[in-house]
Amino acid sequence: MSVPTNLKYSKSHEWVKPEADGTVTVGITHHAQELLGDMVFVELPEVGRKLRQKEECAVAESVKAAADVYSPISGEVIAVNSPLVDEPGKINEDAFSAWLFKLKPSNAAELDGLLNAATYTELVENENH
Amino acid sequence: MLKMTPLNQTHRDMNAKMVDFGGWDMPLHYGSQLDEHHKVRQDAGMFDVSHMLPVDIKGDNVRGFLRQLVANNVDKLTLPGKALYSCMLTPQGGIIDDLIIYFLSETWFRIVVNAGTADKDVAWMLKQRDEHAPNLEIAPRRDLAMVAVQGPNARAKVWQVIPGSRAATEELKLFQSTEVGQYFIARTGYTGEDGFEIILPAVDAPVFWNALHAAGVAPAGLGARDTLRLEAGMNLYGQDMDETKNPLESGLAWTVELKSERDFIGKQALLDAAVTQQLVGLVLLDRGVLRSHQQVVSQRDGVEYQGEITSGGFSPTMNQSIALARLPVQISVDDEVSVVVRDKKLRAKVVKYPFVRNGKVLV
Repeated sequence: MSVPTNLKYSKSHEWVKPEADGTVTVGITHHAQELLGDMVFVELPEVGRKLRQKEECAVAESVKAAADVYSPISGEVIAVNSPLVDEPGKINEDAFSAWLFKLKPSNAAELDGLLNAATYTELVENENH
Repeated sequence: MLKMTPLNQTHRDMNAKMVDFGGWDMPLHYGSQLDEHHKVRQDAGMFDVSHMLPVDIKGDNVRGFLRQLVANNVDKLTLPGKALYSCMLTPQGGIIDDLIIYFLSETWFRIVVNAGTADKDVAWMLKQRDEHAPNLEIAPRRDLAMVAVQGPNARAKVWQVIPGSRAATEELKLFQSTEVGQYFIARTGYTGEDGFEIILPAVDAPVFWNALHAAGVAPAGLGARDTLRLEAGMNLYGQDMDETKNPLESGLAWTVELKSERDFIGKQALLDAAVTQQLVGLVLLDRGVLRSHQQVVSQRDGVEYQGEITSGGFSPTMNQSIALARLPVQISVDDEVSVVVRDKKLRAKVVKYPFVRNGKVLV
């Protein structure tokens, strides 16, 4: 699957979608779900929680392993994708639409430090070889 | 360099995700571990288990040698083709391996041992042979492949693929085996479903595998094998037991025969053992996933007891998390315990396993 060019990426395999209203939507990448295999459990952060960049804030568990999800940037959690808790397999079906949470960034400049699609693709290819 | 089974290229051709499993390059899944699990519970799936090792023991009085080698009693094997599950113990009662012994004739028994323990198992058998029965021949059979076909429709699919196999195997009961031409067919398995484990010449394995696939048998990887055996409440060597544990504290007392006069390696240690721990089943009541090595805490009569999960995971059939755990004997079925998962304590119920057999949830 190609890596969407309208998203930003973290080295720990989260994707970040900057929204028009200045908030961001966060999920885990297609590559991450591929590594994990069939997803069976998701734990999401509390709405209102203030996150620092790279802070552990969610858990994605597959049949194989538990993976921590790190906040790609600092900010306050303003929404979570609650239905995902009952259907974690949605992440396997389409990782880039199965979002985990939305943030109101507290330091929008951190977005500039994230990877673009090309750099992220390179990172994944290096991991694979 | 990883070791490869005769089906390695076949797995790659089927786009398997391959993993290093104790030094063997093995398929983890062929796309979806969950789909493979359900296929075995509802229809038929097949596993390459050629990394396991058949060991043929031949000569005069093999039975006498095995009587003292393993904890279960091979005198239970009276009908040719009959199989017996047993542990092989150290003199201290620790489990060297768990294995299946097939009685083929008084001069030929076949033992199938685990992959990760195969070398030490054979070394141990040879050592015992040299001391007690030097005339026996012990032959590891890496020239053979092994395929497990499991599921409610598994036997019917095998009958389609191996000519003449139906008449020869339809009457086989659980833990019985027979030879059909070059195929050694046993009604055994590691999934809690009906089916066969089939041993055949390594060179013929790819053609056999592809014929089963054409007959509608789904390839299934080690991932599904693990969730199926956990639901079936079957121990995994190295996880639920090892040389530091004896069968009595590993849920395997039923495989140890202590009543007869027979002596066997580890018997005295078991007779002297104070059993303080037991293997129990856990069903997670809260959301989450139980994993091996998580700590279990329980209060009973004002005393705190501690234990550990030995195998944990997500049960696709039950759609919730289950585990095998080693807990103090004071804890009993229906007790509620806490499992430490990351920074939380999750609630779990102690149950009698198996969790699932023949497609049905039992807990």
